[in-house]
Amino acid sequence: MGVRRWIRAWPVYRQLTGPDPLGRGKAAESARSAGLVPRTERADRVVDSVCPYCAVGCAQRVFVREEPHEHVVQIEGNPNSPISRGRLCPKGAASKQLVTGPQRVQKVRYRPPYGTGWQDLDLDTAMDMVVDRVLEARRKGWQDRDAKGRTLRRTMGIASLGGATLDNEENYLIKKLFTALGALQVENQARI
Amino acid sequence: MGSNMAEAHPVGFQWVMEAKARGARVVHIDPRFTRTSALADQHVTLRAGTDIAFLGGVINHILTNDLSFREYVQAYTNASCLVGERFEDTEDLDGLFSGYDPRTASYDASSWAYESVPVEERPGGRAKEQAAPYQHGSGGPPMEGGAQGIARDLSLEHPRCVYQVLKRHFSRYTPEMVERICGVPQDLFLDVCRAWTANSGRERTAALVYSVGWTQHTVGAQYIRAGSIIQLLLGNVGRPGGGVFALRGHASIQGSTDIPTLFNLLPGYLPMPDVTHESLAAYLDGVRRPGQKGFWGNADAYTISLLKEYWGENATEENDYCFDYMPRIDGDHGTYRTAMDMVDGKVFGYFLLGQNPAVGSAHGRLQRLGMANLDWLVVRDLTMIESATFWKDAPETETGEIVAQQCRTEVFFFPAASHVEKSGTFTQTQRMLQWRDQAVEPVGDQRSELWFFHQLGLRLRRRLAGSTDERDRPLLDLAWDYASEDGEPSAADVLRHINGIDLRTGRTVGGYTELKADGSTACGCWIYSGVYADEVNQARRRKSRFDTGPYDAEWGWTWPMNRRVLYNRASADPQGRPWSERKALVWWDAERGEWTGHDTPDFERTKPPDHVPPAGSSGPAALRGDDAFIMMSDGKGWLFAPAGLADGPLPTHYEPHESPVRNLLYGQQASPVRKVYGRPDNPSNPAPPEAHGEVFPYVFTAARLTEHHTAGGMSRQLPYLAELQPELFVEVSPELAAERGLTHLGRAHVITSRTAVEARVVVTDRMAPLHIDGRVVHQVWMPYHWGQVGLTTGDVVNDLIGVVADPNVFIQESKVLTCDIRPGGRPRGSDLVDYVEDYRRRAGITPWTGVRIVTAGGHDGPGHTEGDPWEGPS
Amino acid sequence: MSRENSFHGPLADPAADAGHLGHPPRMGFFTDTSVCIGCKACEVACKEWNNVPEDGIDLLGMSFDNTGMLGAGSWRHVAFVEQERPLGRQDAGLADLPTGPSRSEAAAETVSRALPVAGRGGGDLGTAPVHLGFPSFELPGAGTGAQGRTEFRWLMSSDVCKHCTHAGCLDVCPTGALFRTEFSTVVVQEDICNGCGYCVSGCPYGVIDRRPDDGRAWKCTLCYDRLRGSMEPACAQACPTDSIQFGPLDELRERAARRVAELHGAGVPEARLYGHDPGDGVGGDGAFFLLLDEPEVYGLPPDPVVPTRDLATMWRYAGLAAAALLTAATAVFLEAGR
Repeated sequence: MGVRRWIRAWPVYRQLTGPDPLGRGKAAESARSAGLVPRTERADRVVDSVCPYCAVGCAQRVFVREEPHEHVVQIEGNPNSPISRGRLCPKGAASKQLVTGPQRVQKVRYRPPYGTGWQDLDLDTAMDMVVDRVLEARRKGWQDRDAKGRTLRRTMGIASLGGATLDNEENYLIKKLFTALGALQVENQARI
Repeated sequence: MGSNMAEAHPVGFQWVMEAKARGARVVHIDPRFTRTSALADQHVTLRAGTDIAFLGGVINHILTNDLSFREYVQAYTNASCLVGERFEDTEDLDGLFSGYDPRTASYDASSWAYESVPVEERPGGRAKEQAAPYQHGSGGPPMEGGAQGIARDLSLEHPRCVYQVLKRHFSRYTPEMVERICGVPQDLFLDVCRAWTANSGRERTAALVYSVGWTQHTVGAQYIRAGSIIQLLLGNVGRPGGGVFALRGHASIQGSTDIPTLFNLLPGYLPMPDVTHESLAAYLDGVRRPGQKGFWGNADAYTISLLKEYWGENATEENDYCFDYMPRIDGDHGTYRTAMDMVDGKVFGYFLLGQNPAVGSAHGRLQRLGMANLDWLVVRDLTMIESATFWKDAPETETGEIVAQQCRTEVFFFPAASHVEKSGTFTQTQRMLQWRDQAVEPVGDQRSELWFFHQLGLRLRRRLAGSTDERDRPLLDLAWDYASEDGEPSAADVLRHINGIDLRTGRTVGGYTELKADGSTACGCWIYSGVYADEVNQARRRKSRFDTGPYDAEWGWTWPMNRRVLYNRASADPQGRPWSERKALVWWDAERGEWTGHDTPDFERTKPPDHVPPAGSSGPAALRGDDAFIMMSDGKGWLFAPAGLADGPLPTHYEPHESPVRNLLYGQQASPVRKVYGRPDNPSNPAPPEAHGEVFPYVFTAARLTEHHTAGGMSRQLPYLAELQPELFVEVSPELAAERGLTHLGRAHVITSRTAVEARVVVTDRMAPLHIDGRVVHQVWMPYHWGQVGLTTGDVVNDLIGVVADPNVFIQESKVLTCDIRPGGRPRGSDLVDYVEDYRRRAGITPWTGVRIVTAGGHDGPGHTEGDPWEGPS
Repeated sequence: MSRENSFHGPLADPAADAGHLGHPPRMGFFTDTSVCIGCKACEVACKEWNNVPEDGIDLLGMSFDNTGMLGAGSWRHVAFVEQERPLGRQDAGLADLPTGPSRSEAAAETVSRALPVAGRGGGDLGTAPVHLGFPSFELPGAGTGAQGRTEFRWLMSSDVCKHCTHAGCLDVCPTGALFRTEFSTVVVQEDICNGCGYCVSGCPYGVIDRRPDDGRAWKCTLCYDRLRGSMEPACAQACPTDSIQFGPLDELRERAARRVAELHGAGVPEARLYGHDPGDGVGGDGAFFLLLDEPEVYGLPPDPVVPTRDLATMWRYAGLAAAALLTAATAVFLEAGR
């Protein structure tokens, strides 16, 4: 910054020479204030989303910035929505904290039988362990026919609960896979 | 009613406020004065669990004063249909309907049928074990000959016509009786009746909103039936500004019912096969009958298309489209039954997918003890939740009932991807699918459910490859080859398959009317068919409300067929003209020979209003031009349900399972077919005519706060929400505070036969006592969001609640029970167990308490405990 | 521009007075409390956008208000007022129920007595239980009629910095950290503020405050950065029922006048505006309100010239106002009963 510009930027100079002799407005504007823009303007992408809490289905806009790493800079209502008109409740308004907060677990946690604490476990290993356990529980609870000889073709060894917070596509695969496994104790919040 | 909309659905409530600003009258009927009441024109305090008495009173008011929308009722409801001679009403049987079997505590519904309709007798016990109404899908149960002439009396005078049956059934529900049962002063009740009827008819419509305040009862389905009867009588169904709105509580709970992760359903409300279905033909016979009207007549196309989506090329006509690969249900496999089976060691592995039953399900203690008795548990969630950490910090670790070193359950916690870290659709409460684009990649091990289950499927199939075991065929033959995007299965491709594909062209179908029963189409969920019409993801549409018409047809996609108002044919009169210009929605355009209007007409587009189907037709072809209820087997809105419900063709006031008072209307105290689970770990508080109800003298109800979300995993962990409702509290009226010596902000504990829960006291005028048949009854309310994990922690309110359920849908009665409340904190450690045991002893509670469910005159009620219903002392 | 008006009285164009030439119209908030549902979306949306820290997980016992007051960590605050009096023609449904006397006033008293010892924000109130019991009275059901409470209303109102025409905080700020923007709003510049705290006592509403961790003063900026990007402030955008309305102040004042007339016509004579008058002690507020009771009931100073920081007094006012109204209502009732 040149000396002349430096002097011009000095509040007292601006106060004495500008239209704000009391120094309570333009003359007092700081460098930060002068350059202030909403952080959403620096977002690289704006993504259409939907609030994950209740079933009203308020439209959200997710502002994403790529630098220094891909991250969410803001989540707010989408005024174009005929459902919500851009508005959000306190939970919806807290979506950024929900998504970016330190409460989010990032790694698989494993608690062995009779264990008193969590252990680390590699995701791939954990998946294979679940495969083993699913097959074993399925076998232990398998029923071919009932007492009257009618077809059951099912296992009562595996149960599942959840789905109301998930996507339709996810629920579809869950039901499809469990049905093919013969597991039918598949339930979600709609029963509650 | 049964909804705290401003609090639980604040953004949806903007439309209520907008209607109010335009002159609508808002009435809120609820046990307590809430944030919704604060903005309503009128609040009505009623005793929790008495809504049917109130609604029955409204029905009686309408019928007695002849205030129904007569032309609508005659044309579009079954008011004129004659009920068979064998039918006996609760008026005749002291609170029971004909067909009751006290041994199984269930009904044989055959005597409820229309006069001229052939029915098969069904032993009630079986029906009760099958969540029957769900089994019949959204259109009600099948009815043979629905298209043929049902005996009718259009004058509505015949003593056996539905209208007269209704009139007689509800004649006891007088304003005086409403006051005595509900605690609602007669003047106030009549104000509501006047407001409701005055705002209904040709020129005006009234909307009814409910939420889980209605569903979480032993008679929940009948609450909704009662509301629907009023709306049908007043002509408020299928019309703009009318309707019965279920406000649902989770982002995709509607979707998870449409594409169900529920034991008794397949996608699109097709029933899960049961043990009586040895073949596809037998299964389809259970869904639709010969001669039946309406779109369930095409259930074969929907089912075969689903089987083709499940098993692809392996599903052929020769092998019944792999129908035999389906597991069969044979009873109650609901989540509470399963939790008890866990306790009993019958279940070995459990997946929890974004759900926290240790806090969020009724009887949290039963849930946790069940989880502590598994081989393994998989928890997938955003954050660490109580259901994942129960082995170290459950309330039972405090009492010594769970000890980590002795708890064998192996727990896997998989971090889940959040809503911005994956793409897919949610279905909101008005059936609209809205697609979300993925915004960012999840980090670390965070994965979507889509990835997890697709991977699990791939790995299971890899493990079983080459297996010759017949039981592995369904898995190995499964169509599991969805397109992938960067290693993730493509949600868009899954949605395409849900929409349905014409297998001859490989392109998506345009809607469910294009589905075929010959194996040439594959479709994952017939009611969602059209969401990917023309190979375009219609749910991704975002045409701004500023650039579109009043029904916003290009924002998202609403099932069925992007239709906003179901049964909207009823918005026009039988001749196809709008009932009034003010309330025009769809109408018949005679010049162009088609139905048109602001919304997608819910009717065959070119079928004229005066159409009379040829003899012998069935399915959609059998619908007359004025059969507005196109999914119903007779084309009519049902005031009287001749089949399909486990607990009667008409709503009847029964007291809750736990109630401080005797049923004033009938000898039958509570629902005679409610699902009880009599077992030592699921005790009930005594209710009249049982003795010792005074040990638990108060009515208890629980609900949500705006600032928190269900079991708290998505709110108690967030600082900005935790600080807004920072601590568990219990609300009492000043009168109850005086009676029990409770101080504002002091500590108190609430006790039931299950446990005691501690909270801070909030004394408020928002709670008020009621006069119930000459005595004062107090109500106690608690929010239920707390548990041991998070920034704000507290006792689990759901631990207070036992498991007893609606026999139709197996939803628990958690909105009303009885309790005691005492000042000060609850006992800690094992003292708590002794303390609650002492309460049980004083109240004389055994596993047989609350399970002798028949109390109507002339019946000697057996106890319905686990196992043999005759077991135990009598 | 008129120098005389720079410190008091009406001022047509505060931005021009502060040297912003060719500036946009004066922007502000009109908060219509008659449609507020008390959801607190404004509080959260504000914190999310402005990264305002969480400031105390404490149960306050002031109805559903657990924020307590505006401060460095709460730039929006929703007040909840329970009163024994009717709201317009609303029927609270209490008539003929077996009620005893109202306890709304006693609850307000309880809180007002506890707050002075709880410190600013009421932080300790929730963590240290205060057993301030009620005087005993006869058991319910024994008394009916005039003894029992028959009326009730629950008021909710979202409070915020008023962005005064003559802002005490700005006028006393020695560093130029506080300044008036081109939108005529009043903003603390965090890169200038040195934490001297003069502004805290300069505010007649008790809005601005310093953060314990960094010592600097913080308050609502009316989302200055968002305004620069032609965006609505976060709270106003989130507000589900449009209780918080944002726009050019002139338009808002017209809208507010219409709304008051509408409510008067609809049988809510108690509706009145607060902070809209350019002739008041701060030259009118950039953020003004439609209230359904006296400002003190909501914790707002009746005469905003005088800096008011005493929350205890504020809550006692609520109780006293309710009591006065109860007396009046009872008198009316007895009158009518004759």
